[in-house]
Amino acid sequence: MTTTVLEVRGLSVAFPHRKGETTAISDVSFDLKLGETTCFVGESGSGKSVTARAVLNIVEPAVIKSGAINLVDVKAGQRIELSGLDPDGAEIRAVRGARIAMIFQEPMSSLSPVHTIGQQIIEAILLHQDVDAAGARAKAIEALRAVQIANPEEAIDKYPFEYSGGMRQRAMIAMALGCEPDILIADEPTTALDVTTQAEILKLLKGLQDTRDMAVMFITHDMGVVAEIADQVVVMLHGAVVETGPVDQVFHAPTHAYTKKLLKAALGLDEAPHGRIAPASDEVLIETRGLSLAFPSKKKLLKKRKVGVQALDDVSIALKRGEILGIVGESGSGKTTLARVLMGRFQPQEGTALYHSRDGGTRDLTDKASFRDGQVYREMRMIFQDPYGSLNPRMTVEQIIGEPLLVGGLLKGAALRKRVGELLERVGLPASAMERYPHAFSGGQRQRIGIARAIALDPRVIIADEATSALDGSIRAQILDLLLALRDELDLAILFIAHDIGVVRYFCDRVAVMHRGRVVETGTALQICDAPQDPYTQRLIAAVPIPDPRKRHLVA
Amino acid sequence: MTLITPADSPEDRIGAVRDTPVGEVDPRIDHSHGTESQWQLIRRRFAKHRLAVISLWILGLFVFVAVFAGFVAPNDPGNVKARYTYAPPQALHFIDRSDEGWSFRPHVYGYKVEIEPEALRRTFVIDEEKKIYLTFFKRSWDYKLFGLIPTDIHLLGPEKTRDPFYLFGADRLGRDMFSRLVYGTQISLSVGLVGVIMSLVLGVIIGGAAGYFGGWFDAVTQRAIEFLRSLPTIPLWMGLAAAMPSDWSPLQTYFAITLILSFLGWTELARVVRGRFLALNGEDYVAAARYDGCSHLRVIVRHMVPAFTSHIITAASLAVPAMILAETALSFLGLGLQAPVISWGVLLQEAQNIRTLATAPWLLLPGAAIVIAVLAMNFIGDGLRDAADPYAK
Repeated sequence: MTTTVLEVRGLSVAFPHRKGETTAISDVSFDLKLGETTCFVGESGSGKSVTARAVLNIVEPAVIKSGAINLVDVKAGQRIELSGLDPDGAEIRAVRGARIAMIFQEPMSSLSPVHTIGQQIIEAILLHQDVDAAGARAKAIEALRAVQIANPEEAIDKYPFEYSGGMRQRAMIAMALGCEPDILIADEPTTALDVTTQAEILKLLKGLQDTRDMAVMFITHDMGVVAEIADQVVVMLHGAVVETGPVDQVFHAPTHAYTKKLLKAALGLDEAPHGRIAPASDEVLIETRGLSLAFPSKKKLLKKRKVGVQALDDVSIALKRGEILGIVGESGSGKTTLARVLMGRFQPQEGTALYHSRDGGTRDLTDKASFRDGQVYREMRMIFQDPYGSLNPRMTVEQIIGEPLLVGGLLKGAALRKRVGELLERVGLPASAMERYPHAFSGGQRQRIGIARAIALDPRVIIADEATSALDGSIRAQILDLLLALRDELDLAILFIAHDIGVVRYFCDRVAVMHRGRVVETGTALQICDAPQDPYTQRLIAAVPIPDPRKRHLVA
Repeated sequence: MTLITPADSPEDRIGAVRDTPVGEVDPRIDHSHGTESQWQLIRRRFAKHRLAVISLWILGLFVFVAVFAGFVAPNDPGNVKARYTYAPPQALHFIDRSDEGWSFRPHVYGYKVEIEPEALRRTFVIDEEKKIYLTFFKRSWDYKLFGLIPTDIHLLGPEKTRDPFYLFGADRLGRDMFSRLVYGTQISLSVGLVGVIMSLVLGVIIGGAAGYFGGWFDAVTQRAIEFLRSLPTIPLWMGLAAAMPSDWSPLQTYFAITLILSFLGWTELARVVRGRFLALNGEDYVAAARYDGCSHLRVIVRHMVPAFTSHIITAASLAVPAMILAETALSFLGLGLQAPVISWGVLLQEAQNIRTLATAPWLLLPGAAIVIAVLAMNFIGDGLRDAADPYAK
């Protein structure tokens, strides 16, 4: 028998501004029950985080317009209405942290860098519980042990920068659980983490929930994660709840069209057959042999330089014409460094990297001089990860896309405009978009603009560094399809750097798996995803959540 | 290369996921304002800063006064009238109430001299019987507009040229404080502006090179800046000012002073510029520009400079008041500009004496002008700083 601990009815939140207000969420209703995980899914901007913040009454600068948030104290049999409380008052502060705790997406910025982990956990305990300093410390060590941090007696006196990303998130969870709350709100807690770390954190959360009988409000955009841990699912779109229900029902009998679309985008990547029919040609465009690059440690006064991080260690890959080669690995595995070496940003200490250009010549990519005449940059183009940072906000779309054509002296004036219009239409944007500035576009649209800039020079190779990882599920699928279509039309070779196995499986022909600067395994996408040979690849593949609640394998 | 629109391409694989080409538009987002440029956004943000907008108007007034100094000043600022030593300010009246009724006729009251019986000191008393009528666009003493066009038209002047007209009172030699203040505005504002422009040129070139290319040049300039900034400023200025030959003309001293002021002023701006360059070097769109085949010059001029011009303007607008204050301090100490050049600092030199302050407090008015100008520029700098980066979250 499960007990409802939080009832939300008809909640609406709006951001007031000069001309009226913008509604963030409207008429949202749901229940949280002890011992159950309720997942909130939706794409960015759908109002998931605002809903979570409204529960804690920390929505400033927005205001709660209407609705009721009833927190039920099961033991005392009381109900508190949270939305009516003063956001800075004593009553709501007694609830925050003690009854309802929250963990955030970014474990680095939500921990104070100048205090030890212990100090931060102890502070939360002292604020809400009637214990002395020694008792709080004992409790904090206990909490760290509960989140499976090795050697908690020592770890408690360390600073956040001494922790890895996964350990920081564990510490955040320990802090949140320090006061034994009834409700834990987790706002995308695993999004910033690597997939193997994500699996550990999900397992940890589920275990803690079972032992403590908490209600967990879990916000995510990843349908795989939902399928792994949810009991109940709330699907949000444009600030409204479009579907709620038990996880199995939502996944296997969705009613709302948007839910179906989300599932299709998630399942599509996993179940779509890999569609490359014609094999890539044998013409090799980029070839590296034994690339090694070590970043020296920081130069210290009067001390000898030590050998620092080995970013690349004996990396040999080959990119063939018309082929999509995926480079997969967790953060710090050296995949971005590899891309930067190929683009001439870094020069490796050992090894060769050759590019066979269109005119039949061969360029040495390890030599800065081969980039000087710009030919390599005309034939090898880059798509960036961050759709916001990669477009100059001070230039119109026309100027951004036209820049390589203009600088190369290829086109100008009306011909340039016409070409930019064609490129925009090719990437699925109206030609009229060229007069606007990047801030008028959403993330997916900006990424399309970035692709238009990349194909403007009719390149042979595109290096895409995590080009879809900042995008929402269905948008990601659109961008991948766009790239696939362009590959066929323009005979492009794409070096696709990613950490998302689902994307790689769907998109790539061949995959190289990187771990600590080394390529541990190379093979076709299906080989790597379905029958991995290397133990590291096996662990990586096993940690990927599957968007089907009937196939749970991470937390069971 | 043939171009096919997505609608024509086969609906293969999960192609059905693809919806409208532009993607689903969130109905809550207002897409109507995507065509505004950076400067339009900055102007809108700036307009929200009330205090900054008001300050901009005040500064505009100061600049107008400085540019049209001869036109605004009713009297020749160097004209000595021993009869009116320490004459108090006259209030300006617009409505003339006479026996025939009311009429619009600007006027001031004349002076009556009284001798204090004990101290036998001459004091001026406003004589309400004696009305001095004023006319607009009065022709009196000659000056050159913008230093080029000889003319003798003034905004306001007494009908009879010989009548006293002292809006802000008179100084030790019976010179008109208002006219002197107007001329002081010209010098003080231009010292601030010229000094900042000189430091800006130095700062942008040195700081820009240090930030963009880094390496040993960066290290050397940074140490040099640290050294310069560790020098105590007043003794340094005193030393440099003392080293100026005493036979230099006022114009030469004027340029030497601005040079001395910008000698230290550029360090601050160089740091701002270097910091911006370092930050921008890491931006993806700058990397993208390099991959687009842009030269160093084009990357800097087209992609990086527009990203921080607003920051530079902000830093500069905050540096101008510092320059003005520095000039004032130097001149006040008698080391900066020298009479007959008139600057706010030179005018304040007169107010050093406590006795003159007791009898003629209006000599402090240049101080008020400094406070108002510096405050206005600081508010404008604040407003610009808030508006400088319209893309910041």
